[in-house]
Amino acid sequence: MSILNMTTDQGAAGDGTHGPPSGREQGSEPKAEHTLLAQGLSLAYDGAPVVHDLDLEIPAGRITVIVGGNGCGKSTLLRGIARLLRPTAGAVLLDGTAVHGRPAKDVARIIGILPQSPTAPEGITVADLVGRGRYPHQGWFRQWTSTDDAVVTAALVATDTLELAARRVEELSGGQAQRVWIAMALAQDPDILLLDEPTTFLDVTHQLEVLDLLHELNRTRGATVVMVLHDLNLAARYADHLVVMQAGQVQAIGSPADVLTPELVAAAFNLRARIVPDPVCGSPMVVPIGRFHGSDPDPVLPAREGAS
Amino acid sequence: MSRVEQVTRIPAPPGVLRAARAQAATRVRTVTVVLIGLAVAIALLTLVWDGHASDLWNQFLGIFGAGNGDGAFTITKLRLPRVVLSILVGVAFGLSGALFQSVLRNPLASPDIIGISGGASLAAAFGLLVLGAGGIALSAFAFMGAIVVAAAIYLLAWRDGVSGYRFVLIGVGIAFAVNAGIGYLLTRSEVNDVRSALVWMVGSIGTPPWRDIAVLAVGMLVLVPLVAVTVGRLRILQLGDETAGGLGVSPERARLAVLAVAVGLAAVATAFAGPVAFVAFVSAPIARRLLPTAGLALVPSALVGTVVVLAAEFTAQNVLGALEVPVGIVTGVIGAPYLLWLLATSNRGGRGA
Repeated sequence: MSILNMTTDQGAAGDGTHGPPSGREQGSEPKAEHTLLAQGLSLAYDGAPVVHDLDLEIPAGRITVIVGGNGCGKSTLLRGIARLLRPTAGAVLLDGTAVHGRPAKDVARIIGILPQSPTAPEGITVADLVGRGRYPHQGWFRQWTSTDDAVVTAALVATDTLELAARRVEELSGGQAQRVWIAMALAQDPDILLLDEPTTFLDVTHQLEVLDLLHELNRTRGATVVMVLHDLNLAARYADHLVVMQAGQVQAIGSPADVLTPELVAAAFNLRARIVPDPVCGSPMVVPIGRFHGSDPDPVLPAREGAS
Repeated sequence: MSRVEQVTRIPAPPGVLRAARAQAATRVRTVTVVLIGLAVAIALLTLVWDGHASDLWNQFLGIFGAGNGDGAFTITKLRLPRVVLSILVGVAFGLSGALFQSVLRNPLASPDIIGISGGASLAAAFGLLVLGAGGIALSAFAFMGAIVVAAAIYLLAWRDGVSGYRFVLIGVGIAFAVNAGIGYLLTRSEVNDVRSALVWMVGSIGTPPWRDIAVLAVGMLVLVPLVAVTVGRLRILQLGDETAGGLGVSPERARLAVLAVAVGLAAVATAFAGPVAFVAFVSAPIARRLLPTAGLALVPSALVGTVVVLAAEFTAQNVLGALEVPVGIVTGVIGAPYLLWLLATSNRGGRGA
């Protein structure tokens, strides 16, 4: 019950039935620190290389955000780390051993991933879906227990979806469905949570809500969070550790304040931008310039005759 | 407002989950009991139908092999094997179809649509028409035919993994090829042989010897526990390959395991009853329609399969007057409109695959 203890304590403490789980479970005590790193990692789809010879260390207990232009390999990297894609070279090492050499279920108790567009079977209820996140903790002799109930309830509460528990997933709005999927990832209760663009399909209110939730899970329980985000400003605000990727390589890495410079944004995103401090929290804010709104407009089309 | 505030403001009774589950469980239980009752009723009706009223008690004793006279003979020697085979075949087809449709995420994925039953028919027709096989040898031919075709579909559909869509399309293609082979065999054979081959290929319960039923029962005693073994992974696989991988399920291996069990069930049932049309295809959708939420509904699917086969067999034997037809004719009459309805409606929402 690592990343969810804050919610089980407050949300379901009255239950009293969720004692310490059986010895096989990982991270039932205050969080175990895991080392997670990619070494010379190359990943490919159908033989086409996407990530090439990449070294990366994921700092434990921090929020790492991976950004980069379309097709830079950031989602692929996340899939490689999560053991979904077998490396063509190199390895992802979890606590010193290659994740691809370890039993899938063992890894799944430590690393959880929320894919970009997960599919829900037709007619499944929210409670059923979130409950399936408990799979890695179940086995032949350990079926559904009150601990599972408590963790699932906590995950629903944490994502504000408890009142949806009996609803069908297909009836939900995009934002609700996304929160339900995050609840499933929380129910898996991993020490390291990977999320591939968790704010896609969400309006700005729910984007903030999801990111605040992840921030809180990280700050209160020390859960390691690794996510791919599109929005550079949200990435800069929520990341402790920012990874900028380009063409299957790490272009820059470090704290957002160190990494996000106009030069880097120009190189990685092919975008002219100014970097100003975020008025809310002082993190770097990327203000794109575009062709028309800066001090030196750069129109491509010839101006019409007679137009000023 | 921070998440902590929200979290503390919302009381979180774990009872919410339990209540939701209990509600669903009650409905499942009701549906299960009703289906079992229906199956038992049709089975009893099949056993005692058309008896003289005064013979009813005798017939009842006849179920247990006691009693005497024609009634007892009719029941124990003719009708009981028929009922038992119907039940086993219904369970096997119902489970098989439910597994296929879930694991391939496609309502068209059913052994009778994607050529696996056709493979059994081709092999059986070959055994019967060319080699003159019969009885248990014919069943073995049919069984192997189903397995070989299923393996061929799997291998042809493999491209860095097997997708449900590709599996179904290749299966439909294989079904056509197999039908061509059957047509060839039929046109080259004696009329009398062709008739018995056709009866087999329509699917018929007939009056099976107990030995056949015993073999089928043993096969199911092996396969049904295997369903239980694979079902946990299937439930995770339903969430998509990526999510399944993240939860510690190897998608390809889990898919292969589920498909193997589903093929085994279809093959063993087809071996003894022929490819009774559409039972595997309609059972799971009917079962899921009866339930409030769509789980895998394996037990209800098996029961629906049983009820469908029992009812179809009863209809085939008794309702159509003097004309006794193979059970597959009746299930075909039920199933074909469903297939048309499915094809006409399923892709409206783009959910066909």
